[in-house]
Amino acid sequence: MLELAIGIILGCCALGAGLAMIAGIGPGIGEGNAVAKACEAIGRQPECKGDVTTTMLMGCAIAETTGLYALVIAILLIFVAPGLLVNVLMKTIG
Amino acid sequence: MNKRRPGFVFLDGVFLATAILPIVFGIVLKVLTTPISEGITITGARIFFSVDMPVQPLVITESQINSWIVIVSLLGLCLYLTHGLSVRHPTRRQHLAEWLVEKSEKLTLSNMGDDFSGFPPLIASIIGLSALSSLLSLFGLYPPTSDINVTAGWAVAVFVLITYYKFKCGPVHYLKSFGDPVPLLAPLNIISEVATPISMAFRHYGNVLSGAVISVLVATGLDGLWGIIMGWLPSPISELSLIRIGIPAVLSVYFDLFSGCLQAYIFAMLAMLYISSGYPRDEYLKRKNKKRINKKTA
Repeated sequence: MLELAIGIILGCCALGAGLAMIAGIGPGIGEGNAVAKACEAIGRQPECKGDVTTTMLMGCAIAETTGLYALVIAILLIFVAPGLLVNVLMKTIG
Repeated sequence: MNKRRPGFVFLDGVFLATAILPIVFGIVLKVLTTPISEGITITGARIFFSVDMPVQPLVITESQINSWIVIVSLLGLCLYLTHGLSVRHPTRRQHLAEWLVEKSEKLTLSNMGDDFSGFPPLIASIIGLSALSSLLSLFGLYPPTSDINVTAGWAVAVFVLITYYKFKCGPVHYLKSFGDPVPLLAPLNIISEVATPISMAFRHYGNVLSGAVISVLVATGLDGLWGIIMGWLPSPISELSLIRIGIPAVLSVYFDLFSGCLQAYIFAMLAMLYISSGYPRDEYLKRKNKKRINKKTA
């Protein structure tokens, strides 16, 4: 019974981490759009390549934030949550 | 010129040693304290020792030690670059130092405006500290920026500055700024105010940490691949894992070099933008003018 409970905890933590990383879709699309537009802009006006590139990198980094929140949660679920939850389980069983 | 005097050369050596020796110390400490473990693992910062404190024990971890390594070696580098400045015969290192100072001034003033003319040193030190902390992983040391406590500390420092500049027109004006478009939105404004340091800390920490995690995953994956392909050979060859040499270095160019420097730049950029956009410039100047007129009439 205890093995089953620990197995459920571990499996659900891994599942949750995987589900959390679905959030990676959003930044992917957003950054792709940003880079596509930046390429267009550079094609139209090659002389302002430097400015466009810095602004694009800045925007990409900010668009990445939501993905990174998901990543932090996934990492917490993989490395921190299992130990914590198993400890709670052990305490309740006694 | 007295460039070749023994005292000058000796001081040069001292400054260079201040820049290099901490990193050597860090590597030695890492080699001495790393337990012999099997394979590659993902771990947080190791705890060296803890000091008893009233509320909670203060733990001294690898990230604190490595932060101090970076700080001391940056100090040594700065002292070395600015040693022996002269107007008539600028040396190569003086050109480098002047270039750095000019760049940081240009960057700060073009982003923050002339009201913040005292900010270039702060911004340059944020960039230097952050970039060198991330680049510390090139020496095989634990990069302090992949510990959330370090980046959260920087973010809190920036948040204090943002709030200080928002307070320039007094607490009443500060509180009024929360009900900006309509007072109904005040809770949302408070949340976004708190979210600023959190997002800054998480962005920097997440980027550096994700690079480390992906590198480790690729290295273990390559290990497994070698085991599958060469597992049938006798033992020394099947355990060598030659495939692990070189390929993770390609990832390291992106995650350690490019991403580390980019995150430093972005952290400094966001700090500049938040600080300068929170400053109620027009209101402050109006009040200052009014005060001056009042003084004249009185």
